[in-house]
Amino acid sequence: MNRINQKLKEGKKILSIYFTAGYPKINDTVKIIEDLEKNGVDLIEIGLPFSDPLADGPTIQESSTAALKNGMHTELLFEQLKDIRKSVSIPLIIMGYFNPVFQYGVEAFCKRCQEIGIDGLILPDLPLDVYLQDYEATFKKYGLINVFLITPQTSVKRIKEIDAASTGFIYMVSSASTTGATTGFGHEQQAYFERIAALNLKNPQIVGFGINNAETFDQATRTTAGAIIGSAFIKHLNRFGIDSIPDFIKTIR
Amino acid sequence: MSYNADEKGYYGEFGGAFIPEMLYPNTEELRQNYIQIMEEPSFKKEFDHLLQDYVGRPTPLYFAKRLSEKYNTKIYLKREDLCHTGAHKVNNTIGQILMAKKLGKNRIIAETGAGQHGVATATVCALMGIECVVYMGEIDIARQAPNVARMKMLGAEVRPALSGSRTLKDATNEAIRDWINNPVDTHYIIGSVVGPHPYPDMVARFQSVISQEIKSQLKEKEGVENPDYVIACVGGGSNAAGAFYHYLDNPDVGIIAVEAAGKGIDSGESAATSALGKVGIIHGSKTLLMQTPDGQITEPYSISAGLDYPGVGPMHAHLFRSGRGEFISITDAEAMKAGLLLSKLEGIIPAIESSHAFAILEQKTFKPDDIVVINLSGRGDKDLDTYIDYFKL
Ligand SMILES: Cc1ncc(COP(=O)(O)O)c(C=O)c1O
Repeated sequence: MNRINQKLKEGKKILSIYFTAGYPKINDTVKIIEDLEKNGVDLIEIGLPFSDPLADGPTIQESSTAALKNGMHTELLFEQLKDIRKSVSIPLIIMGYFNPVFQYGVEAFCKRCQEIGIDGLILPDLPLDVYLQDYEATFKKYGLINVFLITPQTSVKRIKEIDAASTGFIYMVSSASTTGATTGFGHEQQAYFERIAALNLKNPQIVGFGINNAETFDQATRTTAGAIIGSAFIKHLNRFGIDSIPDFIKTIR
Repeated sequence: MSYNADEKGYYGEFGGAFIPEMLYPNTEELRQNYIQIMEEPSFKKEFDHLLQDYVGRPTPLYFAKRLSEKYNTKIYLKREDLCHTGAHKVNNTIGQILMAKKLGKNRIIAETGAGQHGVATATVCALMGIECVVYMGEIDIARQAPNVARMKMLGAEVRPALSGSRTLKDATNEAIRDWINNPVDTHYIIGSVVGPHPYPDMVARFQSVISQEIKSQLKEKEGVENPDYVIACVGGGSNAAGAFYHYLDNPDVGIIAVEAAGKGIDSGESAATSALGKVGIIHGSKTLLMQTPDGQITEPYSISAGLDYPGVGPMHAHLFRSGRGEFISITDAEAMKAGLLLSKLEGIIPAIESSHAFAILEQKTFKPDDIVVINLSGRGDKDLDTYIDYFKL
């Protein structure tokens, strides 16, 4: 069974952390992953940096630009991760934009992911219809779960289509925004979380965007399987360095 | 073979909508409605009326006598430079502002490089009394001060794009991010035949008025609807799409698309996408784009800000791949020389973008009885500083 499905079956609220590979320093990737696992993180999204990250706010844009300047690229990331399964057992997802994957070759990319022990991919700009038509078979062949996003504007009809195409979890974007918004969660989000919970989807949901402390983590996970933190973690790394990972996780739970 | 978009927005292998789910509802709303709205008689009537009385259409098809003598062929200029605001860009913004109104949107966003599309958008927003935010790279804001001032006079807010390379591609990213953050009340007026479906097709349809007019004007002047060649410069490709549109399916009409070679195709400072690009995804469209082997989008260069885009619309990628269009790239120096020549021979100072199209006359020999239509996409007022610097005027 894929590690993502296994983790979801444990039933505890999932804390997932996103970070940009190659940031702050080019060779921080493995240490960040190991420290996150040691500190009780349940799932990690490894960001493959892209020059034009459309869905990201300033924090992740800047970390991506810095990572590329540091020399991060697809092959190097795979190199850095090649022995990761000797030390890390929690599920690992690569999150990035479609163009770098497309240039690497979708099949070759998926194959490398399987060899390394990557469990899934999140490619926000690979649309559902293109995935189903061109790539679903390849993802399945290499045992990769593709994670789709939904937002408060996604229609019920489309949510059901996405649910049908998903085999791990659904990434629930908390509000109409790019990553890194910090306005907190109000009635609108709660109503959205409850509305989705009431649909009784086959896939669990994990909330992302706008989670930055224990309060927003609790709010986001009341009706869902877990939450993802990205920008807040990157800001923390930026301010306090990679030795301060335990301090960050303590502020969440 | 078809050269128009299919219902999913593909031109051959190019096009589609590679967008994050956050943008799906907006683009889907547009996709489901755009053709129907464009075909409504009330929409057509208002669009035609504004093109005539506000933009100043039809623009003349002018027989360039002295230029024709010099190159020993029959050269006609389609005078998009005479449009209100000085370029073809306004054909599209008029169409899209009416579209936005039909969709009930009350806020407009746009991206701009040189500021031409920004000015054309700010203009129609002023005309309709709609809030307007234009994203412009921080570097472009510094080098295009008069257009920034124009947009401000027209009541638009100009927001600097501070990310990435701080030019057109980043302004486009910022506009897309704004749309993600304002999915309900806002319409995004893209400035060229780029972006996710249905934008390339919608913008091409609005610009198709150019070739529609060429047909009837040529019939009047030459007794035929079809020229032997149509030549246009390509940044994203909207003026070219408009000039080619009604000729796409007619193989008797040669289509010549002119890209900016900058300092030379192999100089590392170029925007010649068909020569240097590979298939990939940019701004939600699968098309040819300039990128590293690793799939990072690279920064283009051209002396003309309007051609300084690392991709090309999917229609043009398909015209290139299928061989339907001939793609030629022109250096800064060749374009500047052609701009000066047109000024001296015909008394018309072209936008530097358009100068690239005229430089083809030096590269290619046409027959004496060939009818060659060059789309003069814009006037040179905005480029005076560049001309002054370049020629030490
Ligand atoms: C006068 C003029 N021509 C051409 C262009 C290039 O755009 P497109 O390729 O969409 O026509 C621009 C863009 O700013 C322009 O201002």
